[in-house]
Amino acid sequence: MANAKIFAALADPTRRQVLERLARGPSAVGELAQSLPVSRPAVSQHLKVLKHAGLVTDRPDGARRVYQIDPHGLGQIRAWLDQFWDTALDAFKAAVERHADDTEPPANEDRP
Amino acid sequence: MSQTTIKPAAIRKVLTVRATPERAFAIFTAGFDSWWPKTHYIGSSPLKTAVIEPGVGGRWYGLHEDGAENLWGDVLVWDPPARLLLAWRITGEWAYDPNLLTEVEVRFTAIGESETRVDFEHRGLERLGDGDAAERTRLSMDGGWSSILESFQAAAGA
Repeated sequence: MANAKIFAALADPTRRQVLERLARGPSAVGELAQSLPVSRPAVSQHLKVLKHAGLVTDRPDGARRVYQIDPHGLGQIRAWLDQFWDTALDAFKAAVERHADDTEPPANEDRP
Repeated sequence: MSQTTIKPAAIRKVLTVRATPERAFAIFTAGFDSWWPKTHYIGSSPLKTAVIEPGVGGRWYGLHEDGAENLWGDVLVWDPPARLLLAWRITGEWAYDPNLLTEVEVRFTAIGESETRVDFEHRGLERLGDGDAAERTRLSMDGGWSSILESFQAAAGA
């Protein structure tokens, strides 16, 4: 984790404001500029720094670009759970396919 | 600076299975032990059986080789074959915490006569970032938002 980069990104009060706005929900540059006392190019510049620090992500939405708090913000645990559920649901799907030709619902014989 | 407004995205998965919703729901729940990866458990003893008890309030737990039971959560909504809502009360430290609520929702929708679309969502993950047990998790998580912001505040002398 590049903490120095993050600290630098957060050291600017306007950037912290931008981040707090994004914490309430995804937003485009124009919307952010309207609600902050800075110009649109300035907001773009702040977003660039925040993105570089890994604090926000962006995605295209038609002609504009929408910024949001990095959805992986809870870091390791979310990434772990994401992979965990992939594994579990793959196993579920495989179990369903194994049972696909059964005529009876699954029995509880495995239950204690 | 508020920490509670920062929400990680829910985990969402969509899959299609070759079964009716009734069968898919039954395998997911009554047949839980037949598919749950045995590598996935909490506690120190290997997992023997994984169980989702039917009905609202049913327990969701693991039964271990040493005889211990470890709760993972409970059933919040039991609406076969359309919908299952489970409480996942396992912290980032892999411990059960009855005061932690994250939700696992599974919806089963028929596609034609023999297939089912399964919409899976694990949400409320932001709650893994607050509460007593999560305080320690937060400190232990390198990439955690709260720890980043707390470190920043400390560093900035805020």
